Amino acid sequence: MNAAIAALGSLDWSLPATGRGALAVWRRNFLVWRKLMWPSLLFNFGEPLIYLVGLGYGLGGFIGRMAELPYLTFLATGVLASSAMNTATMEGLYSVYSRMVPQQTYEGMLATPLTVDDVVAGEMLWCASKGLISSVAILIVAALMGAIDPTDSLYCLPVFLLVGFCFAGPALMMAAMSRSFDFFAYYMTLVITPMFMLCGVFFPVTSLPPALQDIVFFLPLTHAVLLIRPLAAGLPVSDVALHVTVLAVYAVIGFYIAVLLLRRRLIT
Amino acid sequence: MPALMTAADNIVVARALSKHFGEHTAVRGIDLDIPRGGCFGLLGPNGAGKTTTLRMILGQSHPTGGSLHVLGLPMPESIRAVRRRLGVVPQQDNLDPDFTVVENLVIYAGYFGLSRGQVQSRIDELLDFVELRSRADTRINTLSGGMKRRLSVARALVNDPEVLVLDEPTTGFDPQVRHLIWTRLRGLKKSGKTMILTTHYMEEAERLCDEIMIMDHGRIMAHGAPRALIREHVEPEVIEVHHCPPALAERLALDRANRLEHVGETLYCYTPDSGNVVPLLEGVSGLTWLIRPANLEDVFLRLTGRELRE
Repeated sequence: MNAAIAALGSLDWSLPATGRGALAVWRRNFLVWRKLMWPSLLFNFGEPLIYLVGLGYGLGGFIGRMAELPYLTFLATGVLASSAMNTATMEGLYSVYSRMVPQQTYEGMLATPLTVDDVVAGEMLWCASKGLISSVAILIVAALMGAIDPTDSLYCLPVFLLVGFCFAGPALMMAAMSRSFDFFAYYMTLVITPMFMLCGVFFPVTSLPPALQDIVFFLPLTHAVLLIRPLAAGLPVSDVALHVTVLAVYAVIGFYIAVLLLRRRLIT
Repeated sequence: MPALMTAADNIVVARALSKHFGEHTAVRGIDLDIPRGGCFGLLGPNGAGKTTTLRMILGQSHPTGGSLHVLGLPMPESIRAVRRRLGVVPQQDNLDPDFTVVENLVIYAGYFGLSRGQVQSRIDELLDFVELRSRADTRINTLSGGMKRRLSVARALVNDPEVLVLDEPTTGFDPQVRHLIWTRLRGLKKSGKTMILTTHYMEEAERLCDEIMIMDHGRIMAHGAPRALIREHVEPEVIEVHHCPPALAERLALDRANRLEHVGETLYCYTPDSGNVVPLLEGVSGLTWLIRPANLEDVFLRLTGRELRE
């Protein structure tokens, strides 16, 4: 307990101060991605295609409609949200850890005018961008399959970015605390997979037992789904301010804590 | 005015600078002045505090006591402004494995806010300087260790820094690479860049450094020009005698000017004048010995001891 208090006392609590340097970090990651773009995009398109064909057509044939939407549409609009979550999370865990530990990319950056705050801001921006890319890939696949009308769904684009930010922060926090890649299995199994299964991607949250619904309501993916599904399906959206606020609060708090933890890790 | 002049001429000014990690003290209140121009060497065994000192100068570690000014600016408050004017060659290369040689330099220049157009001609010069022009479009993972190191030197110069900081620049490299890097560093020194380097190689320090500071246990043990340190801390000549018979060791010890040290099977005789010692050695048949001038390594071992540091 005393050690925990001492650790809190030793943190640099000053508010993040980031500048144009964050864009330089984003640009570096973008240029690496561009080199490996085709396999990466193949994955972005291939994975949702399998979900939508397998579950949407296969399972959907038995289900018919769910919450007044054809099941394929229900599923596609849920996966739009979960994919931004998964992609931003994987980038924030595995890719960030690779750059931080084996590649020592941040050590190189911190010998230039870039600060830890710039690195975290740039990485969050990049994680959110990857989330956007993967959700847009699903948007295209779902539109081609006739599950959604693409003209309705352009409003989703900023929401994909917001969802990416929301999950990038906690992922960066995990990366900052981790001593190996193996540690991330806990986070994936205990946090991300339950959200993926329970937050309304595959079935409405209202079909869960009431006690579980109360918990699920605090999880960010629930709000991402409640925002994206009606937007992408061309239905009226309710409680926009609430959903945006929840996602933004997770994003801002995640960013701040990630900055604190990475300052401690990278600045000795 | 002389005091002001001195302050402006010093790249690094530290007063009572210290760094604690919990219970452990890495740097114990050192005063340090690194002058502009020339090469300043930080020497010490593992755990002496030299890397921590270097990291504080770079703003990668924050002091827990005392004051530190780099290029006249307070640290760590002025991290961005200071790092804009520094170039760093890290102990372990951290080049971007996904990029080519040129891309590594362009992206790194971007971290300084410099665009490709602004640095293109400089990058061409740097590639010539480190002899990597023919490898410009090669991916990093196909380069040899020596090539990577040379690219790290080029990368550290991409912002045309006033000060080049090198953390063990040639550790683990073959003599060809070491000599090429030394030649390049001497060229940079001549062109007016200030260099701060840490090294384990006394030979490297003697060849490159104008001024040396030896640290141990977080303190400064000695400070001065390499030749002056040798004059000050050890006798001018060293005779190494293998399997020295005890009787001979006793006779050598009779001369109070000699200082003897037994290390394993070897006797080190530090002496002001080998002319007095050699006749004694020549009297013993079959004895293996060699005579050499004292060097920085003798100073280093005298000040920091011979026990292993892990």
